[in-house]
Amino acid sequence: MFFQETTPDTSGYMIAGYAITFIVMALYVASIYLRTRNLNQDKTTLEEMDKPDQPGQTNAPRQR
Amino acid sequence: MQPKPVALKVLDLASIILLAISTYLALVFAPTERVMGDVQRVFYFHIGTAWTALLGFILAAVFSVIYLIRKDLKWDRFQVAAIEVSLVFFLITIVLGSIWARPAWNTWWTWDPRLTTAAITELIYAAYFMLRQGIDDPDKRASFGAIYALLGGLSAPLTFFAIRLFRTIHPVVIGGTNPEADGGFSMTADMRLAFFFALFAFTVIFIDLFWNRLRLGDLQDNVEQLKLKVSM
Repeated sequence: MFFQETTPDTSGYMIAGYAITFIVMALYVASIYLRTRNLNQDKTTLEEMDKPDQPGQTNAPRQR
Repeated sequence: MQPKPVALKVLDLASIILLAISTYLALVFAPTERVMGDVQRVFYFHIGTAWTALLGFILAAVFSVIYLIRKDLKWDRFQVAAIEVSLVFFLITIVLGSIWARPAWNTWWTWDPRLTTAAITELIYAAYFMLRQGIDDPDKRASFGAIYALLGGLSAPLTFFAIRLFRTIHPVVIGGTNPEADGGFSMTADMRLAFFFALFAFTVIFIDLFWNRLRLGDLQDNVEQLKLKVSM
């Protein structure tokens, strides 16, 4: 391509490059967000499990 | 989890704005390179992501040394955050390089010293996360991670200097005089502005993602401790 007279049309490659860059970055930001949200949910559940029992409550399994 | 600090929110916003400006400078402001055409514009993000990724790998090696001296798991979280963000950035670098190579070299990939060292670096750090998954004990995992990241850190300067040390077709745009290189070009003043702005923008984006990933690491640590407490 370096012996040509006119500038070649390589805009398709450029668009592909920038599209992939933005997609990869967006996926990574989404992964951080989703992992944070899931861990916050886990933390809330674990904190509730870790709370001292209320008076009158018991951890014994219910009799059916 | 602690609410997001105001400084981090500002950094999030700044990162978005800087990315938008950098995209404008690369796609609109910078002139079209005469020989390669528009594909040359991927160069701005290619170098921006490469610079921050290699810096992140070296930072991870520094955090490893600090962990090995202090044995504080905080430094393990710093190291993991730096490697994860760098891995993503370096993946973008390699993909952009491959896209540029297709019209410039007439191939998507060639086993040139720079491309080979870059691929090895990416694989070393992808393996890092897989190997960490196999160790349950946090202290052992952190010690293994620190030694691995310290040794892996050697691949970053090797990748950077590959085009200066070996015969390669990869162009050296800044200060390069390699006659074997194929696809090099001289930057105009506008190109230089877009280039240096991209370096700055990706450095800020790296810091922002690193900080966010660090907070995620802290949260993971809290949840792991809570799980241990509840299971006792």
